[in-house]
Amino acid sequence: MYEHDVIVVGAGGAGLRAAIAAQEEGADVAIVSKLHPVRSHTGAAEGGINAALREGDSWEDHAYDTMKGSDYLGDAPAIETLCTDSPKEVIQLEHWGMAFSREEDGRVSQRPFGGLSFPRTTYAGAETGHQLLHTMYEQLVKRGITVYDEWYVSDLAVTDEERPEDRTCHGVVAYDIQSGELSGFRATEGVILATGGLGQVFDHTTNAVANTGDGVAMAYRAGVPIEDMEFIQFHPTSLPSTGVLISEGVRGEGGILYNDEGERFMFEYGYASNDGELASRDVVARAELSEVNEGRGIDDEYVHLDMRHLGEERIVDRLENILHLAKDFEGVDGLEEPMPVKPGQHYAMGGIETDENGETCVGGLYAAGECACASVHGSNRLGGNALPELIVFGKRAGAHAAGKDLGTAEIETGQRGEYELGEVDTPVQPGEIEPAGGEGDAVADGGVAAETSSGDGHDLVERAVTRERERVQSLMEKDDGVQHAEIRSDVQESMTQYVNVFREEEGLKQALEDIAEARERYQDVFVKDPSRTFNTDLIQTLETRNILDLAEAITLGALARDEFRGAHWRKEHQERKDDEWLKHTMLSWNDGTPELWYKPVILEGEDKKYEPKIRSY
Amino acid sequence: MSTHVPETETETDTEAETEVEHSEPLAPAQEERMRKKAEARADREERARQEAAERATGDDDTVHLKVFRFDPEVEGKQEPRFDDFHVPYEKGMTVLDALIYARDTFDSSLTFRHSCRQAICGSDALFINGRQRLGCKTQLSDLDQPVRVEPLPHAEVEKDLVVDMDHFYDQMEAVEPYFDADELPDGELDEQRQTRENREKVKMSTRCIWCGACMSSCNIAAGNNEYLGPAAINKAYRFAMDEREGTERKQHRLNILEQENGVWRCQTQFSCTEVCPKDIPLTEHIQELKREAVKSNLKFW
Repeated sequence: MYEHDVIVVGAGGAGLRAAIAAQEEGADVAIVSKLHPVRSHTGAAEGGINAALREGDSWEDHAYDTMKGSDYLGDAPAIETLCTDSPKEVIQLEHWGMAFSREEDGRVSQRPFGGLSFPRTTYAGAETGHQLLHTMYEQLVKRGITVYDEWYVSDLAVTDEERPEDRTCHGVVAYDIQSGELSGFRATEGVILATGGLGQVFDHTTNAVANTGDGVAMAYRAGVPIEDMEFIQFHPTSLPSTGVLISEGVRGEGGILYNDEGERFMFEYGYASNDGELASRDVVARAELSEVNEGRGIDDEYVHLDMRHLGEERIVDRLENILHLAKDFEGVDGLEEPMPVKPGQHYAMGGIETDENGETCVGGLYAAGECACASVHGSNRLGGNALPELIVFGKRAGAHAAGKDLGTAEIETGQRGEYELGEVDTPVQPGEIEPAGGEGDAVADGGVAAETSSGDGHDLVERAVTRERERVQSLMEKDDGVQHAEIRSDVQESMTQYVNVFREEEGLKQALEDIAEARERYQDVFVKDPSRTFNTDLIQTLETRNILDLAEAITLGALARDEFRGAHWRKEHQERKDDEWLKHTMLSWNDGTPELWYKPVILEGEDKKYEPKIRSY
Repeated sequence: MSTHVPETETETDTEAETEVEHSEPLAPAQEERMRKKAEARADREERARQEAAERATGDDDTVHLKVFRFDPEVEGKQEPRFDDFHVPYEKGMTVLDALIYARDTFDSSLTFRHSCRQAICGSDALFINGRQRLGCKTQLSDLDQPVRVEPLPHAEVEKDLVVDMDHFYDQMEAVEPYFDADELPDGELDEQRQTRENREKVKMSTRCIWCGACMSSCNIAAGNNEYLGPAAINKAYRFAMDEREGTERKQHRLNILEQENGVWRCQTQFSCTEVCPKDIPLTEHIQELKREAVKSNLKFW
């Protein structure tokens, strides 16, 4: 067993920042990550980092924009924390040498972004995430922080008191992908989940193959509530065959969207008669899919994004990167032909419920970054607000776990403050096929809390390792059954068909049935590759379990929320219902029988209350 | 839809600055290589068009892959071999797409690293038809068939297409690969200033994705495990040329690079530059550091 004060799971922007902060507070910290840090998907972020750095801007304006962008489902204490901390965190990156783009006077460049009242998006070329990730990894190397890379964390070691609020996390169980060794990692001060996105729940995503939402699923099964899972951002211009993102910059420069009949549908069909292609992401994504659904899509799948009329000089000058992406990932020459695009899953607004210090309701367990939900983004994330979230909340979680006093959080976690139980009519019973206590269900039994809370943390981690070893063995020992890839792709397809940009009650129910069926088949899942060395068959099989739990959580939330807010569109409910729905959708695993509940959104900021208004730009 | 009035977004996710970024002329030699790369690409595309036309008339729309297989602990795989996979071809399909298809459809034990699928995570540098390339960035239509896929040469194979990257990481970390300014501004909100020219100077060097293609292609690194190699030297270049660090730090960096297995080992064969998927002028960066080292030595005489 390995032992450290603080264990950080995941090595993207949030994980690296958390580790550095924890070490600065004097903790012995280690990162455990299924990828080498520089492989993390933070590196694919393009746009920039919102921070109020300049004369004429203020954190208050940034907070206002963010609250409005969230469609009034963000919590004011989290948003205000993001906006007040972001400037000094961005300058910290600059002091660490990050290669930001520069102005004539040598200061870092900022540019306008959607939904912002001031050009406060600080950027480094077309590759802000890449620069941020590498800069922070460099600092990690400088500090000699231990990294267990290519170790897959498969479970948390959490005590089993009846109420999650009374439980404590003592560490994690991880599998060394290179050697097949399964080991416990005891954390005496805290575990920080920073596992990133969950795009692999869908079959068409801008996310990496590694983004399987492991942290959210593990925390959920350990009893931590997950929040606002139904809010998924779909980006309107991703390449059809791979999901690679084609920046909004193409439309910003004048790129035009056409349907199969050569019509400029954004105007022709009145989707956005004023702004056309430059309407917001959700509007354009809905328009594109409407065209396809009405038979005007190309190959019944996508639309065309044409930039040829801009001319070669301008394209090469301003959009060179897009030419590379279209060429390399779709085999299309953007100078010669229009580029095929369709909406792709891009970002999860919801995640593990935390307060503004990154703490969950389980003692010693933290979350930060895309896997967490404080909530900063509410029902819609503004471009440029993901990267500051990583560094601001990564740092806070790391420092807090290492013992720094950040003051009492205003956001209450778990069922401790004001909350109400919810109900949703589902066609099938969600959750575990055989809830905890069932016999011989080692496979599905991914992360129910350990049998007993007696003994010290060391024993608890040991028991978690034993349980996990049994689970892995049972997967490896079977000679026949279903392979994960089949289950995974069926669920991904169902999610993209029914829980996509457009959501209808019947479709959501169908998705729940599909997921339940996939759960049944997962009972028979087996790992064909017998090797202990680099067994990606096993890792992906474990990940698929996480995908099932998260697909279900997203769909349950989507079915429960009968309103239209931010990225969540419901056919039967075309209004934002503030009287009823100024509240967060919460799901608790409840030992395999998910429980739905709600807690109110916090609109009271430090000095003012954010009054919900009609969201227009 | 009352709350969803059509919005005007001015967001330009990524490209607004490319205007500035690409205004700097490339060094002539690099330009020449870029031109050659472009020509080779044009040739391949022409060939691909012809092949596609042939395929369109025939009924053979699969791609034939020959993939290296090895597993030290699985009977039957301990002796390295090549497996054949025939994968249905779709326009735009990459080598990585084909490998994923083969794994998910035919053999779940087929093992390779991959994550982002868009040439930024650097996980899937492979030896494809005799050359280091990123699987995700290589169009099948650009390749002769059968497509031969092997792990990176000059690295220890762990299993199938997965190689041990530890030596590569060790070399990367041997050059003190972190920004370490002689002095920083006092205030936590005070920036260091950097000229646009200086940012432009280091820009290409910061694009490294640690894929290891260059190291694998380098004859010198293959014969001398101590040689820092192109990626690590490029990393050092990124800091040595950054005006924010200061002269003392720069001298320290040059001392590291001048050691026996540093810049002087490079024999300017340009193989690293040829294979770099991010078009970083690696050899030129190494040459420039040699000149800097000479200059600084003269200064100290």
